[in-house]
Amino acid sequence: MLPAMRGGQTLVRDSDAGLIDRLRSGHEPTFAWLIDTYNAPLLRLAVTFVQDAAVAEEVVQETWMAVVTGIGRFEGRSSVKTWLFKILTNKAKTRALRERRTIPFSAFDIRDQEDEPAVDAARFLPASHPQWPNHWASPPQPWSMGPEGTALDRETLAVLRRALEDLPRTQRVVVALRDVHGWPAADVCAALELTEANQRVLLHRGRSRLRAVLERYFTDTETPIRESSSVCNDQSISDTNLGDQ
Amino acid sequence: MTDDITTDLACKELVEIITDYLEGTLPQRDRARFDAHLMTCSPCREYVGEMHTTLRLTGRLTVESISPGARNELLRAFRRMKESSTGL
Repeated sequence: MLPAMRGGQTLVRDSDAGLIDRLRSGHEPTFAWLIDTYNAPLLRLAVTFVQDAAVAEEVVQETWMAVVTGIGRFEGRSSVKTWLFKILTNKAKTRALRERRTIPFSAFDIRDQEDEPAVDAARFLPASHPQWPNHWASPPQPWSMGPEGTALDRETLAVLRRALEDLPRTQRVVVALRDVHGWPAADVCAALELTEANQRVLLHRGRSRLRAVLERYFTDTETPIRESSSVCNDQSISDTNLGDQ
Repeated sequence: MTDDITTDLACKELVEIITDYLEGTLPQRDRARFDAHLMTCSPCREYVGEMHTTLRLTGRLTVESISPGARNELLRAFRRMKESSTGL
């Protein structure tokens, strides 16, 4: 009898009223569900303010306590999800100030971020190229992946996890909520108070970086990737073979 | 669809609009250019495939669950809140 659970991780806005009612009436399974659904995403956001993992966990715990004491006053003008994230943001900011680890909070203002290309510009032919302007000079090579469940596969996930943690914090939280937690874009925008366009830019940069890390890992390119000649050679070989037949 | 849309998307542009493409926010005309480019460019097909692989692998990263102790503490607090409000 928990309508909010039907949508998995995603709260259906219409069911928020029911959710709030159940929380107010002290329905424990609903609160347990809320914790299990949102604790990890809250932690994900907390570590973008306070870098110490233990402090971040405390901030999340404080957030939950604020929910317990504040649910009676919550008017439901925003979604429960947005409310949760707002509480966390306030608590995390306060804590960051106290810990003197202030991060100037234009956090999701993407204008202060460098405009970084998804792929190193050196891997494309110049715009002045007579035949193939801005086409691949060093095309992506096939990835040599092992089967899932193997030690190699676990190593891959460890590499990816590290790459995710190494992302700039704004990209990290957006990519984590979208691609690890599976939140829809609209929910991420609401929770982080981001415009859709900015959310997409952060997602794009974050995903592009992860792809680049995996590319280095899978193709082991200590040496620069070969020019497209290898691709062309394959093509010419098969063309030749066809011609021979 | 006319031929001119197939000619003017460069690989360098494709890697920058791929997220808009995957998010379904690319204008129809650019979407057609994107699709048309993929038809003729195997390196970009490789790139799109790699991005799909990246998303699939990212989706397999496990989510850290809350410690049982912290979870129980919260549930206890929730119970106390209920008891104190109903006990008035």
